[in-house]
Parts: sequence; C-alpha cells; structure tokens
Amino acid sequence: MNMLIRNGRVIDPANGVDAQADVLVADGVIQRVGPSLPAPAKGDVLEAAGKVVCPGFIDIHVHLREPGYEYKETVATGTRAAAAGGFTAVCCMANTDPVNDNRSVTDYILAKARSEGVVRVYPIGAVTRGLGGTELAELAELAEAGCVAFSDDGNVVADAGLYRRAMEYTLPFGTPVISHAEDPHLARGTCMNEGIVSTELGLAGAPAAAEDVMVARDILLAELTGAHVHIAHLSTAGAVRLVRDAKARGVRVTAEVTPHHLVLTEDAVRGYDPNTKMNPPLRTKRDVEALAEALADGTIDCIATDHAPHSLAEKEGAFDDAAFGIVGLETAVSLLLDRLVRGGVLPLATLVSRLSTDPARLLRLRGGSLGAGAPADITILDLDAEVRVEPERFHSRSRNTPFRGFTLRGRPWKTIVGGRVVSP
Amino acid sequence: MAWTRKDLLTIRDLDAGEITLLVDTAASLQEIATREIKKVPALRGKTIVNLFYEASTRTRTSFEIAGKWLSADVVNISGSSSSAAKGESILDTAKNIEAMSPDVVVVRHRSAGAAELLARELACSIVNAGDGAHEHPTQALLDLLTIRERKGHFEGLHVAIVGDIAHSRVARSNLHAMRKLGMTVTVAGPPTLIPPFVQELGAKVSYRLEDAIRDVDVIMMLRLQQERMTRGLIPSLREYSRYWGLSLEKLAAHARSDVVIMHPGPVNRGVELSPEVADGPYSVILDQVAKGVAVRMGVLVLLAGRKDERAA
Repeated sequence: MNMLIRNGRVIDPANGVDAQADVLVADGVIQRVGPSLPAPAKGDVLEAAGKVVCPGFIDIHVHLREPGYEYKETVATGTRAAAAGGFTAVCCMANTDPVNDNRSVTDYILAKARSEGVVRVYPIGAVTRGLGGTELAELAELAEAGCVAFSDDGNVVADAGLYRRAMEYTLPFGTPVISHAEDPHLARGTCMNEGIVSTELGLAGAPAAAEDVMVARDILLAELTGAHVHIAHLSTAGAVRLVRDAKARGVRVTAEVTPHHLVLTEDAVRGYDPNTKMNPPLRTKRDVEALAEALADGTIDCIATDHAPHSLAEKEGAFDDAAFGIVGLETAVSLLLDRLVRGGVLPLATLVSRLSTDPARLLRLRGGSLGAGAPADITILDLDAEVRVEPERFHSRSRNTPFRGFTLRGRPWKTIVGGRVVSP
Repeated sequence: MAWTRKDLLTIRDLDAGEITLLVDTAASLQEIATREIKKVPALRGKTIVNLFYEASTRTRTSFEIAGKWLSADVVNISGSSSSAAKGESILDTAKNIEAMSPDVVVVRHRSAGAAELLARELACSIVNAGDGAHEHPTQALLDLLTIRERKGHFEGLHVAIVGDIAHSRVARSNLHAMRKLGMTVTVAGPPTLIPPFVQELGAKVSYRLEDAIRDVDVIMMLRLQQERMTRGLIPSLREYSRYWGLSLEKLAAHARSDVVIMHPGPVNRGVELSPEVADGPYSVILDQVAKGVAVRMGVLVLLAGRKDERAA
C-alpha cells in the first residue's frame, strides 16, 4: 500500500494546490505532497509526468441496482464501472428491491461492497417506507447503519408535510435530504422536455416548471426546517435561478448536475433513441448554458452522473415505452474533460473540485482531499488520450448510453482507492 | 422526379417535389376504382403486411384494398390477435415478419417513432400508417388530393385545422405538407389542446372557432378523443361542442360559401361536427375516404417500384 506518484500536476482544491509535485502514500493514507519526495523503501513508483493527479472522484448519485435488479447492475459491476471511470467512491440510491428503507438492506449493500466492491460505496437510505411517500422509514437506524443521505429519488415525496417532517427528523444526523425535484402532476405521463421538439415528435413533454415548482417548494422547506436539502440533477435555467437566490439568502440548499445535462439538449431526442430518455429530460440550449455557468460560479456544487443502468430490452423499443435513465460512470470524465474543460467552459481545477472536494463536503465523506492523513483515494487524468465510446467495452452490466461512438479527448488514467490501483 | 426513399415515415422529411409526386401518382391511379375489373398487375408477386397495433377501419381497409387492386398479396396482422398480446415486443414481431420476406410493412402503433424504429431495423419498406401523436403521412396525402380536386391548386389556400391539435398526428402531417406547398394553416382549439411552440412549425394559432373559420378555403375538423376530459384538458363534451362544434349556423354566419369541410374520421357526431354539417353540401368526408385508396396505391407503387429499380 506504499506508493510514490511522481512528477504529476497535482490539483488539490481542498488545500489550494495546483503544482508539479510528488504524492507519497503509505498504509493507504496520503503522507505528503511536495517536490522531489524520496521513493518509499517498499512500494511502487508511478511515473505521472504529463498527467494530472487529483483527489479521488466521488459520484453521489448512482444506481447500483443490487439487491433486486442484478440483471441491470450489481455492486461488483457497478463499482468496477466506477473505477474504470475514475471514481473512487459512489453513493447508491435506495430504489432497490427490497428498497433500502431498513437497516438489513443497508447492511447487505455494505457487505456486498466489502466483499465485491472495488471502490467505496456509501448507501443512501429511503425517506419513506417502500418509497411509498406515506410513512417515514426508520431514518435514525439507517443513518447509524451508514446511510449518508436520504432520498426517494424518482418517487418524489409529494406530501410536503411528510417531507418537512423528514427534514426535521434527520437534522441531528447531519445527513442531507436529496430531492429529485419534479411535480408529479405536471410531469404525469411525459417522456421528454416540453417544447418545440416534443411538439414536432408528438411526444408528451414535461415543462421546465415541473422541476422549478418542486425546487421552489424544497427550498422553502429547507428554510422552514433549517435542514440541508440537496437538489439532484438540476436541469433548468429556472431551477438554477431559484438555487442561486436561495443560497444568497443563506438557505442550506446545494445542487448537482449530470454530465448529460451539460452536454446534450432536447434535440438529441430526434430519432427517438430511447437512450436519450431520462428524468429529468434533456432540456434546451439555454438551460445547458445556465447549468454550465452555475457549475462554474458554484451555484451548482458538484457533478453526479445519475448512473441508471437498464437492460437492452428496457431500452430498445418505442421511446414512450422505454425506461428512464442512462449509464454515466464510464463516460462522465471524458465528456467533461472534452466538452467542458477543452471546450473552455470550465477551468480544470474547478472541474476537479466539483468531482471530488465538493461532493465530499456535501455528504461529509472522507476523501476529496490530498492533504496529509486523507485516505489515499486518487484519480489520475490523462488529458491528451483520445477515447472512443464503445459500450461493448463497459464494465457496467448495462450499455444504455447516448454517447456511443463519441470521440473524446481526455480520460481517467489510474484510479487508486486506499493506496491500491483499482483501474486499469 | 423519381421516388428514392425506402420508406414513407413522415411528411416533415419530404420536400414539395416528393409530396407532389405522391399526390400526382395517386391522382393517376384513381380511375382504377371506376373500372369493372378493379385489378392491375403492378405489384404482382409482392407481399404487403399490414401491421396494426391500434384499431383502424378506414386506414387498414384502404391499404388492404389498395394492395389487392395492385395484385399484391396482402396480410393483415392486428395487435390484439397477434403475439403482441402475448408480450412480444414490436421489434421481435417485426423481425419475425421480415423473416418471411415481405416487400412492404405498413405499420400503425400508439407510440410516436414506432415506424422509424422499424425502418431502422428492417430492410423492407416501411409505411407509417400513424404513430402516436407524431405523423400520419398517407392521411395528409389523401387530404391534399381531395383539396386539389376541389380547389384546383394548393398555393395560397388557407386551411383551418380545428380541435385536438396537441394529440393529432393528422394535424402534424397536414401542417408540414400544407406549409411546404405554400398554404396558410391556422390551428384552432382551446389552449389546452394546442401544442407548445406550434407557431415555430409555421402555423397561426386561434382560440376562437368563429375567427378561425373566417375567410378560409378549407376547414379540417379533428376528432375529439373522449378521454381528454379525464385528463383535465376540457371541462365537458357539452362545453366543447358548444364552443368548438361546427354547426350550419356557425358556418353560415362566419365561413365563406365555397368552404370545404373535411374530417379524417371517425366523426363524433354532435361533438365536433353536427350531423347536418357532416352530411351536408360542404362536406367532402366520404370523398376523402375514396381518395384514401388511390393514395395508398400510389405509395405502394412508388415504394415497391423503387425496390425493383434497385434490384435491376
């Protein structure tokens, strides 16, 4: 577990570092970062000249699908996909079968992660029993068992009174509530963004307002309760505005954005490829620009993939019949490096922060730093390598990506967890 | 001008020349209906499969008659009687049908994009006979043929399409076709039934029937699906019919005397059309149905004929 990573460009936002340096790892922990460090007596030397050494990337919004949907993904395949994609930790959503709404399911996921996982796994517990939206799950015990946040994700808690109580009840645990902000009535029966493309394609569209009204509600509930509300996968310019205003007022609201909402617009739905169907849906160019700006200025705190594996059978038929969601772990970093950093939209150091330091801060996870004593979770990037997205080569069990055939420049080069190289 | 496409999926993809070719071909085939022996050998030895996942009387029957008059072998498969009822996916069904070497598959499905899905996966020609709320190109073509026979031309005509525009594939296909041919199109209905940004597709929008039908050459009334009330889009059939139903009185008061009334069928008598209008002198509804056979013959001849050119 001893290692010297030599001569890389070290970007460590938590400690304000962006310099050519060596990183010394011993016993799974960062020892020192600095120039010309001596190689450890026992251990490897990783020559990282020309590469970028970052705190390990953390994806706080992943569906590992186990237990219950092992045909889509498992803890083993999902964490291998994460490692291949440059992520050293993932937070997994509660919509498994059975739902992660009680300690035994959390224990099961963590046991699987210990025995088969290759990156760190932090479960997210359900807010309500069975994601049913009517009774609180046993939130205290879930937190004690290791759940780092609570969310019913796509099963939006429509009952504002109950959601308020969930926020209040979890206050002592320091765990945020994560909102998939979508008004279920405004979005009922829809499968894409409402706009000129939905009109043309004859598909039922959800207006941006379906997201915005729920973001507004959850901000007000955060203000009422003093709880930390984290808005998942922000996708509209209106929601960005609401979060920006709330933050300025000091409300404890944070937000994430997915790579696909930063890269694609509703135009991608032309052709009816079910791999362009996700929730929230792909929006307009104006929304994409607002999201990128918000990510740069910190209104949006972090990037998360909403990795949502589905089998081919669930994603090959008619668009309106297909399942929502796409896989993201193995394309995120290359997309972001190529389209955002190379595209001049986001500085590299900001991207690194939004993928590591910021998500760690939001969910109070270990990691997100290369400071002495931090766990040696490290992602090393190769900014120059060109990759072609070939879903057949994914480590994930599923292939549902709209990025097939994309050629992208920049990729994760090494993924290191606890001082051990886990990919490639 | 020659037809070069493998499939007929949308009007939106076509240019004015292609649309005119389809209409002209249909026009030239109309006289077959008047023959004593309604049979020409144009598609002898060809196999046409009508794959209908949604109920249809007019469209399915007219595709079947069109194929038979052209001497093709025609097979009908309906959603409820097929293996779709046993859970087979549309792709699997289609691939199985293709394994039996049809030349043309005519498909109707409740999902927008279903015809494009088959066209992408299958080597034979696909005709879209209606996909969800997306397009219904042969309906637009038969409407065009009907209009041209009544009015003599397309350029400069003004058409009002009235009713549930949001959920109508007929409205979309007609809007694209009419705009490409230089016509003015007003779509009209309560705002809940008008799709967002429809102006960007070149339509004018009206929220008042009396305004929409003033000075137009053609009024196309759409069927109101009964379930729209339960979705909160209109309060009641009674109110809809009062404000959006077309009666002889409204026609006399607001429309031109030479206006033509169209409806793709099936008509909700007493809802969007009063019986007097549906059966009255302005109505060309049955003429539309007759044109349907000619249009479908034309489409089948062009698609299957193209296939021969490629083989030769």
